[in-house]
Amino acid sequence: MSTQGYANPNSAGNNYSMNSSQNGGGAAATAAPAAPAAPCQNGPGQTYPAMYPASSYYSSALPAAYPTVAGHNAPPAGKTPVSSTGYSGNYYQNSSGPSPCPAPPRTHQYSTSNAPVQSFQQTAPYAMPAGYYRQTYSHPSQGQPQPQPQQLQPSLVPASSGNNLNAPLYPIVSYPSAPGSSQYGTLRSSQTAAEQLPVSTGMPLTQSSLQQYSQGIGTTPTPAHLGYGAPPLSQTATVNGQSNAVQQHYNQNLHNPMSHHYAAAPPISQSPDKERPPSGTPGTSVHSSPRHHPGGDSSSTTTGSASPVPNSYESVEGGGYSDLAAPPTSVPAKQAPPFGYNYPTMHPAYQQNPAPRPDSSPSHGGYNPPGYQPYSQPFPSLSELSSALGGLGGVSELEAETLRPVNLLQERNILPPKHAPPPEPNLSNDLRKVNCSPDTFRCTLTNIPQTQALLNKARLPLGLLLHPFRDLTQLPVITSNTIVRCRSCRTYINPFVSFLDQRRWKCNLCYRVNDVPDEFMYNPVTRSYGEPHKRPEVQNSTVEFIASSDYMLRPPQPAVYLFVLDVSHNAVESGYLNVFCQSLLDNLEKLPGDTRTRIGFVTFDSTVHFYNLQEGLSQPQMLLVSDIDDVFIPTHDNLLVNLKESKELVKDLLNALPGMFTHTRETQSALGPALQAAYKLMCPTGGRVSVFQTQLPTLGAGLLQSREDPNLRSSTKNVQHLGPATDFYKKLALDCSGQQIGVDLFLLSSQYSDLASLACVSKYSAGSVFYYPSFHHVHNTAQSQKFQKDLQRYLTRKIGFEAVMRIRCTKGLSIHTFHGNFFVRSTDLLSLANVNPDSGFAVQMSIEESLADTSLACFQAALLYTSSKGKRRIRVHTLCLPVVSQLSEVFAGADIQAITCLLANMAIDRSISSSLSDARDALVNAVVDCLTAYRANGSNIQPSGLITPAALRLFPLYVLALLKQKALRTGTSTRLDERVFSMCELKSQPLLQIMRMAHPDLYRIDNMTEQAALHLNDSVIPQPPLLQLTAEKLTREGAFLMDCGSVMFLWVGKCCNETFIRDVLGYPNYASLPSNMTEIPELQTMYSERTRAFISWLLESRTFHPAFHVIKDDTSAKTSFFQHLVEDRTESAFSYYEFLLHIQQQMSK
Amino acid sequence: MRLFQSRDLQLSQQSSVWIIPHERKMAFTFAAFCYMLALLLTAALIFFAIWHIIAFDELKTDYKNPIDQCNTLNPLVLPEYLIHVFFCVMFLCATEWLTLGLNMPLLAYHIWRYMSRPVMSGPGLYDPTTIMNADILAYCQKEGWCKLAFYLLSFFYYLYGYVEFKNK
Repeated sequence: MSTQGYANPNSAGNNYSMNSSQNGGGAAATAAPAAPAAPCQNGPGQTYPAMYPASSYYSSALPAAYPTVAGHNAPPAGKTPVSSTGYSGNYYQNSSGPSPCPAPPRTHQYSTSNAPVQSFQQTAPYAMPAGYYRQTYSHPSQGQPQPQPQQLQPSLVPASSGNNLNAPLYPIVSYPSAPGSSQYGTLRSSQTAAEQLPVSTGMPLTQSSLQQYSQGIGTTPTPAHLGYGAPPLSQTATVNGQSNAVQQHYNQNLHNPMSHHYAAAPPISQSPDKERPPSGTPGTSVHSSPRHHPGGDSSSTTTGSASPVPNSYESVEGGGYSDLAAPPTSVPAKQAPPFGYNYPTMHPAYQQNPAPRPDSSPSHGGYNPPGYQPYSQPFPSLSELSSALGGLGGVSELEAETLRPVNLLQERNILPPKHAPPPEPNLSNDLRKVNCSPDTFRCTLTNIPQTQALLNKARLPLGLLLHPFRDLTQLPVITSNTIVRCRSCRTYINPFVSFLDQRRWKCNLCYRVNDVPDEFMYNPVTRSYGEPHKRPEVQNSTVEFIASSDYMLRPPQPAVYLFVLDVSHNAVESGYLNVFCQSLLDNLEKLPGDTRTRIGFVTFDSTVHFYNLQEGLSQPQMLLVSDIDDVFIPTHDNLLVNLKESKELVKDLLNALPGMFTHTRETQSALGPALQAAYKLMCPTGGRVSVFQTQLPTLGAGLLQSREDPNLRSSTKNVQHLGPATDFYKKLALDCSGQQIGVDLFLLSSQYSDLASLACVSKYSAGSVFYYPSFHHVHNTAQSQKFQKDLQRYLTRKIGFEAVMRIRCTKGLSIHTFHGNFFVRSTDLLSLANVNPDSGFAVQMSIEESLADTSLACFQAALLYTSSKGKRRIRVHTLCLPVVSQLSEVFAGADIQAITCLLANMAIDRSISSSLSDARDALVNAVVDCLTAYRANGSNIQPSGLITPAALRLFPLYVLALLKQKALRTGTSTRLDERVFSMCELKSQPLLQIMRMAHPDLYRIDNMTEQAALHLNDSVIPQPPLLQLTAEKLTREGAFLMDCGSVMFLWVGKCCNETFIRDVLGYPNYASLPSNMTEIPELQTMYSERTRAFISWLLESRTFHPAFHVIKDDTSAKTSFFQHLVEDRTESAFSYYEFLLHIQQQMSK
Repeated sequence: MRLFQSRDLQLSQQSSVWIIPHERKMAFTFAAFCYMLALLLTAALIFFAIWHIIAFDELKTDYKNPIDQCNTLNPLVLPEYLIHVFFCVMFLCATEWLTLGLNMPLLAYHIWRYMSRPVMSGPGLYDPTTIMNADILAYCQKEGWCKLAFYLLSFFYYLYGYVEFKNK
């Protein structure tokens, strides 16, 4: 949400400051009028546990083993015998397994549209015979027993409170909105007693709901809502209390223990239930579809998984248009949805006229203009949206600023003193407020060009940078039977759709007009009815849905972790085993997971060792498999054990492991066979494999030869061997990906280990790669500390299993290429065996059809994953950008950081597929082309000098910085593995991290003052200005901090102020500073506190702790500092000014 | 005798004329055979090309998983190339230089294409991890169409060649 940093004009775009203040109390954010939109702010320091409050909350409902599964199955069980009293079952079912529900669960009752919740099938609503409500209900959809009552209800609702929206970030309604149902209850009451009964049964609500119900009978609906509201709030509060972060839940269903309340009303409920099954069960359209099957009739727990139909996640997530073909029944519906037709119940008119035929008679004409108007107002229709956009005039100043021509050859100081915020899309305020946070979702061009021709003219790359699974402090979580999606393109409803009227919305991606399901009419936040546009889904561009069983191909898998450890002589020598075992012991409790979490260990040298950790054994048993040519699993049980049950054994093993191999003489490494074994072991469940490798694999499948010629490390000619030597690891990764196994690689190696080949195993299984060159626990403490901290984060960070991510975009745009770690399964679908909060993705886009007929382009990334608690969840991000037709506007909207990152990704692809020099040329050409295009476009520009628009003034600098990256540089000695690792990082890191790597931040910190400092809570955080990366800015009298993302340098000049050295570094003078300091001591001086406050503020927003080096000016280590001064000349590379001249020369060619 | 003599004379005088028809007859059968064979094989190649186009179209429209698709396409690559090489060799033997010349570009392209394939342990060209890249996909599709056009044209050319030689 852009509001976070940018909405607040006062903050002058200081992104970071806003963040921190958020942490403090969030006062700033809430103060803004935009309160409702505030949710997705990224919290700097949040930790993964925050994300799970929900689960703890659900846990009560979940049975031990495979909770979700059970849960989902339960419903069917409850259902089949609809008659059965198992209300809790039913109830649960509602929430989890919406589709099949023939049962009366409250939500279903009313809307015909609800039944289809099953996003895919859509059939249900249409199946209904037109206007005859009675019939419809009784026959086609079992689920809706009480049609009539509902009709009444709408009138009651409407007023309710839309105002509440402004209340401070949704009043956490973590609770199932029974409201809808309650309302219905009231309606029914008004109608007939008989009808009421079912209602009550249908509602498995809490006491509060019961109360409400009673009130409802009294026919005082509104008050009922109020009364109702209270309890939920308290509930949520407790939930929040447990978790660190504020999580908002909008549940449509109670997933709570509350279901027990039902017991109170069993007799009533039973009777209606019994009656229902016979009538409804047989072939309603809903049931007919195979996908629903799992929920269907069988009561066995396995049914969910057994369902035959969807054979790929693709289909589950809802592939593009293919779904349309599925249910024939749906066809007729599409043809003619006259207004009053599907949703007649809602209209006020109905209350008075219970007559059945909605569509024809004017009296019902709920949809006649008059009756209808009141509703139409609140919805921003498309035209309104575009008119809102019309504010272009107002924005022109901003545009003028970004277009201001800058002569780079003359303007020396182009670097802003503070981090400039990413450019804001030129949208109306309303849209801007709800737009996706730039930290999560960014586009290289915030003004999308109308046509490919225009894009080609601008010579800028069009693409997205995504950080979809980022840790968030505030995330609206929605539990709802119906996840509202567009019928044709499967887009999730989002803030940028337009509501044509209360019952229909128009998809902003494919422009299809869809119906608003009844359930969606209720707003759990305000507890009001009839304001679909105020639902959290429509108020937030980042939301998370708890998915139903439709989104599963099998029961959600448990968290499974397998550690594959190198224990050859080389590995033991480096001492990583100690660090690893200690870290894992410390974090064993914090591994994300639930009671089903499983863990296993495999070690390997020239053979592969397994560990039997069966509960009850006195100590772990080691099983050794020496047949590495055809590796097999010695026993299928007990190698992956339940962490809870075998915790003691696991601890024993971790304690013993470092000592077990101390005297090994085995120098060979059979990594390939070990990975194959890991694959076989994990096959049935999927999960995460963490591989620790310290040398080149030398035995068995996947063995590698050294390909690096140290003499060519600094060659300016082509760099060879950037690609893999064998496809063994790639194939293995694809197999793993297919079985939902993610492989993370930790390479701790002092010699060449062919990372280019090894990294494939992580690249295509959506894992991550960590590389610790010359790791040694004694000789390289900085590296060792970093490893330890990384492990800490790695082990405890949030994780999503069996994930897929689909990116949809407005019709006319299409996806060209993906960058990152994943396997591309179809044109817009990524399969991610594991997804972690630290990985970013980039997407190149192209414009296939002209966007002339639209003023807004939208992008939606939907990430479907299984949380470590076994919940299937969907996180949806939506970004909306204006479409422009002028070249100058395209330039004005260029987001230079995003462009740089996308170019880096493209360059790396190019260097692997073609050659490094090609890639470097392409980067330079990118700048040259773009500036040439700008010059050709702008007529008013003086011909001399190197002119760029202000928005692009950093472009040459950033490209130069990229050219000096380890990944792409030539002429400077770079080890092949380090180069390849740098490439991996550029491809898989989120934008901010890449920018820090490419163009580090340099601050002078020995003279920081309180001036312009940031005051957070009670600490003062000085804000030294950013310095250009040139030695010119360094002085011997100063101390400078360089923040390169994964490493930080504190460079101390020879004549540095002694107070600084004493007060901050804790040494009397410069001479006594050790040359290998790796941290700043915690001293009680003001200086020290200020410095540490500043550094920890820098670290706040990142998840991995950088390695820290204090560098004295006269040590050899200073080269590692100076190599990052990208504006300076090196033996083999241009200085910034030379580079500008080079560009100018190229342009004049 | 006169007849013989004159005939001998004829032979000696016009030896070339006599020899050429004779050789032509030999070459005629073999070249015709080559053309006929090429005709049939090209028909097969046309099917390959169509299959190729359909396969990539399916990929583009999300109907197929790239891994499966690559697994079905990769085994077909070498056979296609070998068939083409085979009748090129036949034309070489038949000393049909023009026809051979027409086929050389494609032959060279095939060799280049196979040399620059990604690192793979099995035969084939297509790597499931890169195949979904829009550029590569578009390239493969274009390649398919071009080949189809080429094979179709050469089909009729071979047909013409076959008829030519057969009737001589």
